[in-house]
Amino acid sequence: MQDVVLALLAKEPSHGYELRARLQTALGPLGDELNAGQVYVTLRRLEKAGLVDVRVVGQSDRPDRKVYDLTPAGRDRAAAWLTDLSWERTAPTEFHLKLTAAAASGMADPVALVDAQRRALLRRLAEVRRAAFDQPPGSAAALLLEGASLRLEADLRWLESCAAHWNNRTDEE
Amino acid sequence: MEHVLRAEGLRRHFGSGPSLVRAVDDVDLAVAPGETVGIIGPSGCGKSTLLHLLGGLDRPDGGRVLLHGRRLDGLSETAAARVRRTAIGFVFQAFHLVDELTARENVELPALLAGASPREARRRAEHLLGRVGLADRAGHLPGMLSGGQRQRVAVARALVNDPPLLLADEPTGNLDSAAATEVLRLLAELRREGRALVVVTHDPRIAGAADRVVTMRDGALVDETVLV
Ligand SMILES: Nc1ncnc2c1ncn2[C@@H]1O[C@H](COP(=O)(O)OP(=O)(O)OP(=O)(O)O)[C@@H](O)[C@H]1O
Ligand SMILES: [Mg+2]
Repeated sequence: MQDVVLALLAKEPSHGYELRARLQTALGPLGDELNAGQVYVTLRRLEKAGLVDVRVVGQSDRPDRKVYDLTPAGRDRAAAWLTDLSWERTAPTEFHLKLTAAAASGMADPVALVDAQRRALLRRLAEVRRAAFDQPPGSAAALLLEGASLRLEADLRWLESCAAHWNNRTDEE
Repeated sequence: MEHVLRAEGLRRHFGSGPSLVRAVDDVDLAVAPGETVGIIGPSGCGKSTLLHLLGGLDRPDGGRVLLHGRRLDGLSETAAARVRRTAIGFVFQAFHLVDELTARENVELPALLAGASPREARRRAEHLLGRVGLADRAGHLPGMLSGGQRQRVAVARALVNDPPLLLADEPTGNLDSAAATEVLRLLAELRREGRALVVVTHDPRIAGAADRVVTMRDGALVDETVLV
């Protein structure tokens, strides 16, 4: 969550409610559980950690608003997160948000991230299948490797949908 | 080292003006002896068109194809057909078997066309059908075989002239998971015996079993993963 918020801020300074709206657009129904409180808690933590700056902007007709912006340290961390492609921790949601944030911020090309991820997953799949080949069929190890293989296959198929989606987006621009 | 197959600046465009499709756009690809190359990419990106150009089934608008160092694209249609029969085996998603011929006769056909005697063609067909696990189905018509069995007949047919290079276009595209596994196993065997293989596929398992996977997008090869 912290990383996603940082990466979304990389595009331009934002209000908390704008950030929440962008997250909800990116997540669709999965984002319904996201309440405003979570975004603000995250922003406060990031502020304490010195990763975002807060400016209070006065408004004539409404109460003052806080505008959040990245500090240099925050920008470094957002860039590191975008290019970190370790898949183990990266549930589809996180990778999806990474691509969204990459496109919004312009800090990375989502299609290039998909390509890099595909290379990593294909290598892992090749390893898993080679390992599976060495196991006697019906063994416990073979069963586990089959599970690992099926997950990687599903992830790779989904990556192709990501590639198509973001490739079309970049073409339209 | 001499490549089994080499494409240089390969180009194939369809239509013109606003309806111009750059199906294959400046593609370079070299396949080493015994190498398995997977080609992946979204529907319509030009994979089948590329494979047809590589196998001389279609002529490029630009660039060239070298088979064992010899140009394939400049040959006359008859000469190209001769090279295709002996130097390249094709496997297609839709099997492309002759419905009126038995499995054995389907496999024999390219051998006979290449000048083998009927006895020799029969011997090779029996041997290959055994190899793909279909010895007991040799007399069946394709309509009596399952999809997986038909595709294995198609692989046997592709091998009957012992080509050093096999081109396959989504060989598991029409198969359920179990039948796909059989074909996958067969392809792995061909790889181990040192045949070069170019496989267009949407199946991550086939891609994961290749030596190298190239990603195609809008007619161009845009990414590569080396797996060994
Ligand atoms: N004979 C043809 N005439 C006109 N356009 C063609 C012809 N053959 C292919 N195309 C176009 O060229 C592009 C590439 O087609 P191709 O069949 O090579 O794609 P593909 O990557 O194999 O797709 P799929 O994964 O769906 O099989 C497509 O836009 C297709 O419409
Ligand atoms: Mg195709």
